Formats: sequence, structure tokens, C-alpha cells
Amino acid sequence: MKLQEYTTSKHNFEECMKCTVCTAYCPVLQVNPLYPGPKQAGPDGERLRLKDPYFFNYALKYCLNCKRCEVACPSGVKVADLIQGARIKYDHRPPKLRDQILASTDFMGSLARPFAPIVNGVTGLGITKTVLDATLKIDHRRTFPKYSGRSFEGWLKRRTKEQAAFPEQVAYFHGCYVNYNYPQLGKDLVKVLNALGIGVQLLEKEKCCGIAMITNGMSAQATKHAKHNVGVLAKAVEKGLKIVTTSSTCTLTMRDEYPNLLGVDNSAVRDSLLMATRLIYEKLEKGAVLKFRADYHKKIAYHTPCHLEKLGWGVFSERLLKMIPGVEFTLLDSNCCGISGTYGFKKENYEASQNIGAPLFEQIRAVNPDVVACDCETCKWQIEMSTGYPVMNPISILAEALE
Amino acid sequence: MKFDSVIMGGGLAGMVAGISLQQEGKSTAVISTGQSCLHFFSGSFESLAEPSPRVAELFSQAGIRLHYQKGVRLMPLGSFQESALALEDIDIFPTPQFSRRTLIVNFMGYHDFFSSFLAEGLEKQGIQCRIRFINLPELEPTEMARGEMRPVQIARTMDRIWEKAVQEIRLLLKDEDTVILPQVFGLQDISVPSRIRQALPARVVFAGTMPPSIPGIRTQMLLKKRYQLLGGTFLMGDEAVRAHIHDGVVHSIVTKNLDSHYLEGDSFILATGGLFSKGLKSNPFQIFEPVMGLDVEYAEDRNTWYNPSFAEKQPYMDYGVKTDENLHPFLEGRSVTNLYAIGSLLGNTRPELGSGAGLAINSAFAAVDEILRSAQHDKED
Repeated sequence: MKLQEYTTSKHNFEECMKCTVCTAYCPVLQVNPLYPGPKQAGPDGERLRLKDPYFFNYALKYCLNCKRCEVACPSGVKVADLIQGARIKYDHRPPKLRDQILASTDFMGSLARPFAPIVNGVTGLGITKTVLDATLKIDHRRTFPKYSGRSFEGWLKRRTKEQAAFPEQVAYFHGCYVNYNYPQLGKDLVKVLNALGIGVQLLEKEKCCGIAMITNGMSAQATKHAKHNVGVLAKAVEKGLKIVTTSSTCTLTMRDEYPNLLGVDNSAVRDSLLMATRLIYEKLEKGAVLKFRADYHKKIAYHTPCHLEKLGWGVFSERLLKMIPGVEFTLLDSNCCGISGTYGFKKENYEASQNIGAPLFEQIRAVNPDVVACDCETCKWQIEMSTGYPVMNPISILAEALE
Repeated sequence: MKFDSVIMGGGLAGMVAGISLQQEGKSTAVISTGQSCLHFFSGSFESLAEPSPRVAELFSQAGIRLHYQKGVRLMPLGSFQESALALEDIDIFPTPQFSRRTLIVNFMGYHDFFSSFLAEGLEKQGIQCRIRFINLPELEPTEMARGEMRPVQIARTMDRIWEKAVQEIRLLLKDEDTVILPQVFGLQDISVPSRIRQALPARVVFAGTMPPSIPGIRTQMLLKKRYQLLGGTFLMGDEAVRAHIHDGVVHSIVTKNLDSHYLEGDSFILATGGLFSKGLKSNPFQIFEPVMGLDVEYAEDRNTWYNPSFAEKQPYMDYGVKTDENLHPFLEGRSVTNLYAIGSLLGNTRPELGSGAGLAINSAFAAVDEILRSAQHDKED
């Protein structure tokens, strides 16, 4: 029946009561007049799109996918899913070369890693930035993440035996960032978990979680990654392992975006997939002990990444940091840093991205911490570039404070 | 995770309870399913007829200024309602005839402020009105998404450029003794409303707009900030889905986001709101409390739940969770002894505690006092 087609959506747009609370918390709406805002782009638009795809608005690409609209919605409407779902369903334009490059984080990582010193040198040059800006529309004001010459996977593989000796075991979904850009975070996690008597294993060949593909119009590739990863995670779960992560976005993507946006069933693995901070907190709560240095002193300002706020797990990072003796802790206000993965790298989004982050940057400067703590790698790039303050994952701070 | 008290609901009742308990050195968590009812707050505390030092102190410590005066306040559509306690930027007049001539000012293109209804209402009181629109480049479509010109968007701009708006209004003002402006000032910079008042040579009245309410959002932000400053754990966007209750005692709460990680506590406060906030839900057969299935007071015959005349008082507004004298709700006829129901969830089952914001605050204080008293009692035992 037509009526059914017109009124039934995979996402619950009909529960929207038009209160406009989401528009009050959308960071993009405040800085970019081209974006119609979460209410129009989400539930309002869905009603029209179901009648005729003609009503699909290409300006939906300005959505950051920060999920703040969903966190704010008093009616539980899946506003962000409505928006990203519509982009997947109706936007069939092939992604630009630039977007394909930005989205293929693991492919680019595996290409760049062997030549890391050269790549890092070249991407740091003004001329490279000018060329990338002119040809690909990657903003020249951005600082590019550095590549590491040695992968984390290689490092951990060399320690397989040593890790297997621990009485308890977990698998680690390290993600592209730890593997290609910043293996130190993975090493820090291994140090903290080892201190709790837990050994760390690699998964059987994980792939990029695919979030950048989802937001860059490459949902078919993202779905392939999702199916692959769910299979790999399932193997670990069958062995009775929990899977930990250190990236809030990878976690949200695999737990929620896979089933909600890509239609990939992850029910067998979802509950076993945890942020490492949650696992560590739960261990400590059950009586495990971490011994901290007596001379550790640090003023830490904690920024909850949007996707961790959506997961509702910021409280674990917060509590772990507060547990460290000698830490002076400030919880920063709930604000988006503006980068949202690949979004802020695009020339057309650069201004908006920096304007969105401005209140956060201002507060960080006012607090003047030794270090900003944050569980997201792209927030780290954005905050370090925009404020000059160093940013560390809570796991790295724990590792540093350990005896 | 263990707390002294776990509070379900981050609206006015939940925040007042959370702040009060934190102040007394208790550890608490507030679970807030999306943004709260404060986003629809008029700024006037209904049914708080007496000036209460306890209320004034709690709000002033959070940086929220209140004033107390018995009288009436102007409603968004030009009518008047009794009021006594209100946020500082909400005017309370001794009588509805508060002005002789009034200039009503709106922003060009802003549709959620009902200037002509206001004028009509005021003219009934013998107040002459003139409506004028101001046009500011900062509110042009190139600067702001068309169709999303909403209070928050305007208020953010006004925090920066309110002086420009004041200049425009000065030019429009003739012999009027009063200027009415939409309530879109003082979102982040809370000093803006009073500075506008000082800057204009006429009385300035801020009248309500369509939601979200700027004074309400500001109140919400300041209460949350105060709560977190006192060490409270605010779980935004999470939702209590069920509770583990044995022998009339709640042991822990299961939430949507924390799933297998239960929130434990000595006491629990249910402040999830009424039907509007989904603290109560209904289907064709019953009205129920969705988190724990508590006993609800409502009429059995569905046909009597509502009044067919829409504008009349609706019976369903009175329905709420049943409680004993200490605000402990009932589960299958038996009171749950470490659980407290407060705020709109009570409907009109406890008329002595008031209604609206008054009910939220009075019941929150009553629950907090009872929690502190029984904790003291346990200690002495």
C-alpha cells in the first residue's frame, strides 16, 4: 500500500514532536547557513523523501555526523541515522577522488608507512599543502597526521609469546590510527593491560572500521569492511575474548553504525566490543589494582569526544583519570571540536570546522592544562593544531602514571 | 558503578535533587534521556507562592537570579497569568495594565514570536501598541540557515551584537513607556537582558517565543554546570530501561548505554517526568510507568481520560505514580522503600506539593530530606 511506503521509515522519524531541541545543539547549524539543520535534514526531510526522492537535499553532506542531535533529542529520534541513512540511500554521485583518498585510511596507511619519513616530510611542506589545496581541495591550513615507519601490528606480533603468557586475554581492535600513525598508543594500552595481568592479542586481520567511507559516500566499501570485521570479531568472541578499542569513533561505528546504517548484523559481537577504558574501570571496580607513581603531577583537562558522548561511556575515562593520584582534573564543557574525521580536512569545511571548535579551544586556553585528555585521534589533531596544547589518550596518561 | 543516590531524569526536579544531595556530600548520578523539559520553561516557577530561602540559595549558587513579587506575567499570546517567583528576566506586574503605550519589536524573518497576538491581548487591557521589525545583517539568510531562524540561533548572535539591536530599537522608540522584545537574549552571556534594560530609555519586557526557551536552556546549563562542579556525574543521552528490585528495595538500574554495567545505589530517585516527557506512557488499555512498572493512579475507563473539549482541563494531566507520605512509590501495592518519585511523574496525586516547577522543587526537597534523614538513621543504628 502506498500509504505504508509514505509513512514507514527504517528510522523512527514519526516520533519527532518538532520541539527543535536538536537544532539548539547542532554545531554546524551555528556556523554554516547552507546546512538545513538536523530537524529539516532528519525527520522533516524524511517525511518528504519517502514521498519522492526529489526532495533529497545535497546539503546534507554538511552534516558532521557528530550525533549531538541524537544525544539531545528528548523523544529518542535517530536524527543522525536519518541524515546519514538518507545520504546512503539517495546520494548516488560517485565520491570525488579527494574523498576516496581521505576515506581510505588503511589503504593510504599501508602505502605511506614504508616511506614514512619521506611522506611526513613532504606533507609538512608548504608547497605540498598548496598543491593539495589547489588540486584536491584539501585545505592548506591543515596539519597532516604523521605516519609511523613501523606498524603496531608488527610490534605486537613480535611479542605474541610474551603476551600469551598472561593468565587473562583480550583482543585489541587497534584501528588505522594506532597501526599507521601512532603505535605508541597501542603500546601504552599493552602496558596498562599487562599491569592488570591481561595479555593483548591481535585480531585475525582487522580492516578499517569504515566510518570515513560511510560519511564520504562509499557505503558499499564500508559494508564490505563491516562484514569482514564482524566476522573477525566473531572469531575472537568464539574464543571467549572481549575486544577492546582505544578509539571512540571506531567503537561507535562497529557497535551502532554497522547495524543501523549499513544493515550489517553485529548482534553476536556487539556486547563484547568495549572501549579499553570501560574494561579497565570494571577490572578496578572488581578489586584489581594499578600502582601509580608517587611523583606524578599533571593538570588535565578532559574533552569528551562526540562519539564517546553518544556511547555514553565518557564517565569511564573521566573516573580513571580522576583515580590517578596527583592529577588535577577539569571536565571541559560538552562541545564539538569541529574536525569530525575527514570533514575538517575538506577545503569547503575548514572555516566551519574551526568556528565550531572555537568555544572548546577558548575554554582549553582558559583552563591552561599541562595536557588535554581525549579518546579520539581526530579530536587530537584538531585540538593540537588549533590550541598548541598536547593531547593524550586517557590510556596513554594511565601508562605514563604507572609505576 | 556505585553511588549514594542514582537520579533518573535531568529536568528541574532531578537537578534540584542532585545538586542538594551533592551539597550534602553525597555522591550521585543523573541520567538524562535527551534534553529536559527546561527547554520549554516559561521562566516562572508555578505554584511556589511563598518566597523560599532554600530555593533562592540553590539557584543563586548556580548563578541563576530569581525575583519574587506577587502579580501577573505576560504570556506569549498576550494573555496574563498569575506568578510570584520567576527568573530575573521575566517581569511580574502588579496588574495587567503595566503600560500606557508599548512598542513591540521583532526581528525581520522571525516567525516564532507572536507580536500581533501580543498587541491584541495588550489592547484589551487598554495598552496602545505599535509593532515594528528590525533588520540586522547578522540575521540575514546568508548568515543563518533559512527556516531555522530559531531562538537559539538568534540568541547566539545577540550575545555578540545585542548593542546593535539596542541602537535600532532606540531609533524606533517614540513616546512609548515600554518595549516588548522576544526572549532571545542572554544564552551564554547571562548579563545581556539586564544590560539591555539599562541601555533603553523605556521599560523592557521580554515575552516568550516558541520553544526552545532561552531562559530555560540557560537555567538548564547553569544547573548542570553547578551539579558537575559539585562532583555529580551527569549521564547525558542515556536512559534508565529497567531496575533490579528485590523485596521492595531497588538494588541497581540498567541503562541503555551502560547495558551490563549496572548503576548501584543506596537510594534511587525517579524524576522522569509525566506523559510529555515519557516518564509515564499510555496505550489504549492502560497508563503505565515504563522503567519499573510502578503503580499509577488513573481512571480505569479510557473514555474518561480526556476531555473532548481540547482547551478544557484534561483529566490525564492529573494521573501519576502513587506514593506514600515519604514519596516512596508502590509496586504491585507494596511500597519501594529506597525509591522516591518526584516532579511531574506525580501528576496531581500530591496536590499539597503544588504543580509544575513548584511540584518539581518541593518534591525534590522532600525526597532529599527523607534520604538524608534515613541515612542519618542508618548511621545511628
